Amino acid sequence: MSTAPPIDGEAPLRLRRSQPMSPYAKARLANWGLRLLPWLTIVAVWYAIRGFGLVSPGLLPLPQDIAATAWARLLDGELPRHILASTGRVLAGVAIGTAIAIPVGFALGRYATARLTLDPLINFFRALPPIALVPLVIVYLGIGEAAKVFVLSFSAFFAAVIVLYEGIAQMPPIYGHVARTLGANQSEIFRKLVLPYALPHILTALRVALGVTWATLVAAELVAAQAGLGAMIQMAASFFQLDVIYVGIIMIGLTALSMDHALRRLSRRLLSWQERVPS
Amino acid sequence: MTVPSSLVFDGVSVAYDTPDGPITALGNVSLTINKGEFVAVVGPSGCGKTTLLKLAAGLLQPTTGRVTLDGQPIGAPGPERGVIFQEYGIFPWLTVEQNIGFGLELSANRVSEAERAEIVERYLDLMGLRDFRKAFPKALSGGMKQRVALARAYAVRPRVLLMDEPFGALDAQTRLAMQDLLLQVLEREGTTGLLITHAVEEALYLASRVVVISARPGRIKAVIDVPFPFPRTHHHLANEEFARLKGELTELVMEEYAAQSRLSLASQS
Ligand SMILES: Nc1ncnc2c1ncn2[C@@H]1O[C@H](COP(=O)(O)OP(=O)(O)OP(=O)(O)O)[C@@H](O)[C@H]1O
Ligand SMILES: [Mg+2]
Repeated sequence: MSTAPPIDGEAPLRLRRSQPMSPYAKARLANWGLRLLPWLTIVAVWYAIRGFGLVSPGLLPLPQDIAATAWARLLDGELPRHILASTGRVLAGVAIGTAIAIPVGFALGRYATARLTLDPLINFFRALPPIALVPLVIVYLGIGEAAKVFVLSFSAFFAAVIVLYEGIAQMPPIYGHVARTLGANQSEIFRKLVLPYALPHILTALRVALGVTWATLVAAELVAAQAGLGAMIQMAASFFQLDVIYVGIIMIGLTALSMDHALRRLSRRLLSWQERVPS
Repeated sequence: MTVPSSLVFDGVSVAYDTPDGPITALGNVSLTINKGEFVAVVGPSGCGKTTLLKLAAGLLQPTTGRVTLDGQPIGAPGPERGVIFQEYGIFPWLTVEQNIGFGLELSANRVSEAERAEIVERYLDLMGLRDFRKAFPKALSGGMKQRVALARAYAVRPRVLLMDEPFGALDAQTRLAMQDLLLQVLEREGTTGLLITHAVEEALYLASRVVVISARPGRIKAVIDVPFPFPRTHHHLANEEFARLKGELTELVMEEYAAQSRLSLASQS
């Protein structure tokens, strides 16, 4: 991105204006514009709805009111407390769920016997919405942290296991053939072939699990939670604090988005060998 | 120098199970490849050449008959039988140099770190891949991938080389260079080999015998002895005898291509 040094004697201001933007910078600017556009549209529509009086003001707080509420809750430590509680549960759920899903997914992907025995079972449980488990979980695990992490791990596991299973089952047999004719034993095939081949699928599984787990979070926090964004929304609903509900929803979205973003960056770093359409 | 080995196919047939019933890919093939001998196999597409190679590699068991190496039945793949696959199979998550060194890192071919580095360096040079050593396969052309696959197989110094159209993706000049490199490797190591190829000329240049396989189910239609002594050079290609053999072999192969297209026309109607 080198630009020509200013030519002696010419006014820097004029130089900057006359100098065309590099195509690269232009593309970046356009990308940012495209990314921001839908958000700005939402805010505009929001104001428009209020402006035209389509909804009574009591039912739709203004964006700046929501921002003010968020700011106040941020300063008094309430919002960080809820975000931390939810993030902690989601991370615990995803960690436990995928930790179990990885060996199970590998077994299902690699061994026909495992597929034959476990496939129907997995599909049965996968079809259950995790929320349907909540009453039972309360009976067996009570209403403590364990119950919530259980429900989240459950949803993370079934989301992750299916991605891993499908991914690993699709490993082309040629890689195994090559490795075996070069003398690889079973453990080397696992370490040097299956693991690196599975890495993109593990990362995708993590992303899918994160998404599903955030979606299940509110349900899990219905289990009488004192803290957490779901709990905050729940309490705000019983006091009809619409602005707080909006803050909660936006925070769930933002936190999930930033976790997903972090995972995507990690994927790009780890998977530079993959062929991809340039983004 | 490594110990050479003899490879024997004894009354081998292979039938694949498919949803439409069994497909006979090879029917009763017997062939002996002596120690240090290099045999080429030609035949129409789908006649069972790759199937033959997989038997020798130990990736497939015959439906009837036996395949033996030095008298021992072939049960599983092993590093003493190097394979160059038709579809390369280079690992996309490893760089060029890691792909070449892959076999050398396995416990079956224990070589020291220094020795591995030296072998990898040598093949990077021999294959003209030095500038691409850190590149991932996604950045390679088809011909470059094929050279990586060749280097990876040569690097572990197998006693038997099983090659499935190993030069198919190469341009004419690289192809000649790779053929000469193979001749050098064979001579230095005394390797026993099986080469599958579509190019009649290549078969005559590299092999001491050329086996023609018939259209499916593959059987041995003819075996042609190639009289030229080793070491061979490109002068042989200009030889009159070479031209005559090439004509004869082309004739035989074309007959089978014709038989095969009649077969597929018949099965369509
Ligand atoms: N795994 C398999 N299952 C079913 N049929 C197979 C299988 N592998 C090969 N065949 C069939 O066996 C026959 C021989 O296949 P093979 O791959 O050995 O042919 P080939 O001579 O190597 O052909 P080409 O020159 O096109 O590579 C073909 O008709 C093919 O359809
Ligand atoms: Mg083939």
